[in-house]
Amino acid sequence: MTRDHGTSVRSIATSIQNGDRRAVDVLDEQLDRIATVDPRLGAFCETFTERARDQAAKIDRRREAGEDLGALAGVPIATKDNLLVQGEIITAGSRILSSFEAPFTAASVARIEQRGAVLLGRTNMDEFGMGSTTETSSHQQTRNPYGDDLVPGGSSGGSAAAVAADLCPLAIGSDTGGSIRQPAALCGVTGLKPTYGRVPRYGLIAYASSLDCVGAIARTADDLAVWLDCVSGPHKGDATSIAALPPTRSTLADRADLRGVRIGVPRELNGPGIDEQILARTEEAIAQLREIGAEVHEATLPSVTHAVPAYYLIATSEAASNLARYDGVHYGWRGDPASKTQAAMTTQTRSSGFGEEVQLRILLGTFATSIGFNAKFYEKAQLARRAVQHDFDRAFADCDVLVCPTSPTAAPRFGESADDPLERYLWDALTVPASLAGLPALSTPCGQTDDGRPVGLQVIAPRGHDDRTLMVAHVLQRHTDHHLRRPQL
Amino acid sequence: MNGYTTVIGLEVHVQLGTASKLFSPAPVAALGDPNTRVHYVDLGLPGALPRPNRRAIELATRAALALDSEVQLRSEFARKHYFYPDLPKGYQISQFDKPLALGGAVPCGPNKTCRLHRLHVEEDAGKLTHTSIGTLVDLNRAGVALVEIVSEPDMRRPDEARAFLHHLRDVMRFAGVSDCDLELGSMRCDANISLMPDGSEAFGKKVELKNLNSIKMVERALEYEERRQTAILAAGGTIISETRGWHDELGESRSQRSKEQAPDYRYLPDPDLPPLMLTEAFVAQQRQQIGELPEQRRARFHAQYGLAEHDVRSLAQDRKVGDWFECVVTAGADSKLACNWLIEDLLPALRDRGLHLAQSPVTPDQLAAVIALVQNKTLTQRTSRQVLQHLLDHDVTPNEAVDELRLGRIADEAQLQPLIDAAMQEFPQAVKTFLAGKEKALDALKGHVMKATRGRADHEVLDRMLRAIIASA
Repeated sequence: MTRDHGTSVRSIATSIQNGDRRAVDVLDEQLDRIATVDPRLGAFCETFTERARDQAAKIDRRREAGEDLGALAGVPIATKDNLLVQGEIITAGSRILSSFEAPFTAASVARIEQRGAVLLGRTNMDEFGMGSTTETSSHQQTRNPYGDDLVPGGSSGGSAAAVAADLCPLAIGSDTGGSIRQPAALCGVTGLKPTYGRVPRYGLIAYASSLDCVGAIARTADDLAVWLDCVSGPHKGDATSIAALPPTRSTLADRADLRGVRIGVPRELNGPGIDEQILARTEEAIAQLREIGAEVHEATLPSVTHAVPAYYLIATSEAASNLARYDGVHYGWRGDPASKTQAAMTTQTRSSGFGEEVQLRILLGTFATSIGFNAKFYEKAQLARRAVQHDFDRAFADCDVLVCPTSPTAAPRFGESADDPLERYLWDALTVPASLAGLPALSTPCGQTDDGRPVGLQVIAPRGHDDRTLMVAHVLQRHTDHHLRRPQL
Repeated sequence: MNGYTTVIGLEVHVQLGTASKLFSPAPVAALGDPNTRVHYVDLGLPGALPRPNRRAIELATRAALALDSEVQLRSEFARKHYFYPDLPKGYQISQFDKPLALGGAVPCGPNKTCRLHRLHVEEDAGKLTHTSIGTLVDLNRAGVALVEIVSEPDMRRPDEARAFLHHLRDVMRFAGVSDCDLELGSMRCDANISLMPDGSEAFGKKVELKNLNSIKMVERALEYEERRQTAILAAGGTIISETRGWHDELGESRSQRSKEQAPDYRYLPDPDLPPLMLTEAFVAQQRQQIGELPEQRRARFHAQYGLAEHDVRSLAQDRKVGDWFECVVTAGADSKLACNWLIEDLLPALRDRGLHLAQSPVTPDQLAAVIALVQNKTLTQRTSRQVLQHLLDHDVTPNEAVDELRLGRIADEAQLQPLIDAAMQEFPQAVKTFLAGKEKALDALKGHVMKATRGRADHEVLDRMLRAIIASA
């Protein structure tokens, strides 16, 4: 635990609140490290250097004035390139927004700012969140800190890599079908996708509205709990945000073991199609959970075989709709100005502004919602989604959380992921079920492969019980040190 | 007509009288420089999400209830997709297969009602202005709350469409849903019209008429279209299913686009908006807020004030006129006189001055006072109108107006005596004729006195004095 000293969200905030360290010094250390490490890593699209220095200086002044600084006092936090920060460029990894300046700050970001966070910069991502390797970003490649030739996962690959490389103690991401959990697993850090609607989406650039969740990546579950308590709660700008839930951190504090906690292991998510070494690390983690008191038994989610097709139909249908606004008329990138008609201009803008994967998904979604196909695809996908939700309801009647691997493989090399999109999409099979059901789900490190690539364990809880995923991961992290491992940089 | 039966259906957009837009806090205003009444939500900026306006849902519910349309406790917002520069999100938030209300009826003639198909809530699009330098986009209107009311194809004549729209407008105004001003666009109507051979049950190919900016235009356009289609069919031709724009100045419609291929709007339940769930209590509350509707008010005015059918219709057409009328009556005026004064004098006088009733410089109490001055004979019919005009243009009380205009009736014998003397000198013949038994001859003498007093001489006093003076002469 000693290596963690001074680098966790809690320890930084406490040291600044106590006056042991100044926020500007903490920030400068992070900026120095970014300057040293990130040129090779490519986690950040940009640092908000001036803005961050102003914020840090303000925190220090407020500390001197004896003001209450908030739970995130002076903590440098990175935000994914799809969360609006007023006055900063925001692109969602896309050329189509290449020079778009955000006129307001996302609700979830404003909440951490109000609690003293210093916004460090924006992290790289797959274009509009569409990808699992961060390779579809129009900006740059982000490397996995555990190997220059390894992808960081995605779409929140920049956020995961930044935390893994100690460029910041916590980074905000978003998770539509696994975009926080999977890169967290591949980079050996802890990532939480909260219950759908718990953290307001206002100011998050939409991919698939009924699935998008703002989440975070940190070293520890404890830090994620601090963050969640700062950003939870309904917001008038998001009609899908849910009623306030009790804070999570208090439920973690004194927990030393998992006695009385019932853990289900869904057999459909712990076998076929999963790498042997991943299964082995998962079994070891389950044994560990049992050792620290949990009651473990098998569970079943019979409908999850439909989860991937249902997820891709719903996500692409909503994406095709959400991305219709990028037409070159009002803002953002505009294609060939010589276009003779508005229709030609819009076509040209979209054909040249969106990358291949985004265009593929827009076409899939447009097709799936067209007259004559809607009932066959989109509506059927909604039925499958409800079946998956019912499966989870039944499973949670007998257990408090479910566990399974986060990703079927450890981080692949660049260009190694399948060319066939359908094969590629199966890679999300373990994360999309919780997304479809709107459940809180977390990935916590549980070891590594023979060649040193990190492996993550996924913990899924019923709606609104984000605290359970954090609690299980927190107790596990008290008894193991996988989360403390650092890459050689 | 000419062997064909006309079939008409209307689609009416009514702008809800909300202060802010359907899904954004931007203010709703008819005026304002282009693109000044917009919020991130209306601009469709990345990250912006719709936030439903409770007031809009209240007013839409009232609209449905006032039209006897059945409010659905669970309805759904859906995205209607198409690319157009007046639609920043690339889709319009509307309602598709789960609208706010189903069914309903609107009168469209003396003994006929037209059924309604549905009523749903949706946001307005922006406005495009085509100029020589290019197309300008104004998004002030984008996102404004509307209800779309779709009728069944129950109307058979253009004048039924006119009656439908008059009734619909009156009901919407009464229910406080909208001011329904077609010229300002707060009520917009598209009309569908088709012809079929008399006795047929299968509708013909329909034509949609757009650009109808007044109720009269709707009727004129339908009449034109009825003639046009009849001529085509009579000549053995076929009707093309299309959208036609009405050009009122030319008195004709022109084809805009074919409707043979329906566009695919790819309706999708809006994932940013949970289903709209209303409670029975909410609906009951809205029903209470509607108050009296035109039909009910007409019946009550007839029963309570004993007014004739014609008067009742004039008073009950506009809620504010009826309310104003009742204030005059409450201030003590006779109901028949109050009605006449309001309809025949005050409203035309206000119109002349370009004022609405709500802006009237004359209050209901003042009008009641003027009526009382006539009844107590201080004013004659003629001078009372002068007082009304004076009140409209000057900030005075009715009594002050009477003084300022020196309009008080002259019943003072000493004042009238010299005038009568002068009249008798002027018309000696009239005196003789009267003495010979011709009553009528007295009128010439009275007329002379009236002229000299500018109509202020008290008729009874004058009559009595004249007879006495002639008799004693």
